Amino acid sequence: MATRREAFGAGAAAVVPMLPGIAPFGVIAGLTAIATGLTTVQAMVLSGLVFAGASQLAMLQLVAEGAIPAVILLTVITINLRFAMYSASLAPHFQHLGRRWRLPLAALLVDQNYATTIQRYLHGGDAARRHGHWFYLGGGVTLWLTWQTATAVGVFMGTGVPREWSLDFAIPLVFLVLLVPALSDRAHVVAALTGGLVATLATDLPLHLGIVAGAASGIAAGLLAEARHGTDAVR
Amino acid sequence: MSEAALWWTIIGAGLCTWLLRLSFIETWQWIPVPALLHRALRYVPAAVMAALVAPALLRSGGAIDLSPDNLRLAAGLVAAVVAWFSRNVLLTLAVGMGSLWFLQALTAG
Repeated sequence: MATRREAFGAGAAAVVPMLPGIAPFGVIAGLTAIATGLTTVQAMVLSGLVFAGASQLAMLQLVAEGAIPAVILLTVITINLRFAMYSASLAPHFQHLGRRWRLPLAALLVDQNYATTIQRYLHGGDAARRHGHWFYLGGGVTLWLTWQTATAVGVFMGTGVPREWSLDFAIPLVFLVLLVPALSDRAHVVAALTGGLVATLATDLPLHLGIVAGAASGIAAGLLAEARHGTDAVR
Repeated sequence: MSEAALWWTIIGAGLCTWLLRLSFIETWQWIPVPALLHRALRYVPAAVMAALVAPALLRSGGAIDLSPDNLRLAAGLVAAVVAWFSRNVLLTLAVGMGSLWFLQALTAG
């Protein structure tokens, strides 16, 4: 019993350093929702259910532009496709769990929680792996509560934050810190350079396909680099 | 958009996102992930995070801008150095936001 609680606590502790990076993002999601004309309840339900900042902000932008719901949903799916990839990566580790565990666990799958949990499954010992889902749950609950609290702060700040603060710049800064540990060898660096370049060039594509185009070409480039040069460590 | 349409869009977005998260966790037993996909998955974080960061830094006002006038690129490069050596979110945020504010104050004055 103690080990479950320890795993839950360790999972929560692992995401704590990331919370100051997520909070401004959640605040921006909250105040953008209000600025777009959503009610307080709608803003909170949006953050609670979707729980993915980049797609929430893109969705709000499309609502403001008067896009039809089908286009908005397609955009959200496109931006959140990476969750299907995370899902495939974590799937083998969650198979011993019943559906009653798997269905709610899936709802907590976000970048930060994925990053810390897969690290634990791949590099932790047998004991760490055995309670991996408690570790994941601890991180997921912590991130979700933080996201809700931050959204609520944004909702109550409403349109009171001056644009000159450029708080939206916190978003790429958070992704930057998540990018660094992913650059583990030359092939991963090639994947990142290609993904970044293609996404930048493809930003004008409709439906925010730039991110998907960047991700797809980055992955392909990584696989090609691995096939040609192997996986030389860069540091 | 009507009140009802907005509600359905919010709920639909939540449902679609949850189904993406659930996808392979739920279908793993029936549809094993192919070996190539498994290898490809290792490059997802690097490719996706770079795809999210790069346009935010390299584009300014919609157009690609590699000049020193692009303050977000300059502040982002400073933050990237901090992120590389510290891997600390809070420190990277502080230095990144601080650099942007400093550069904005400098160019405004």
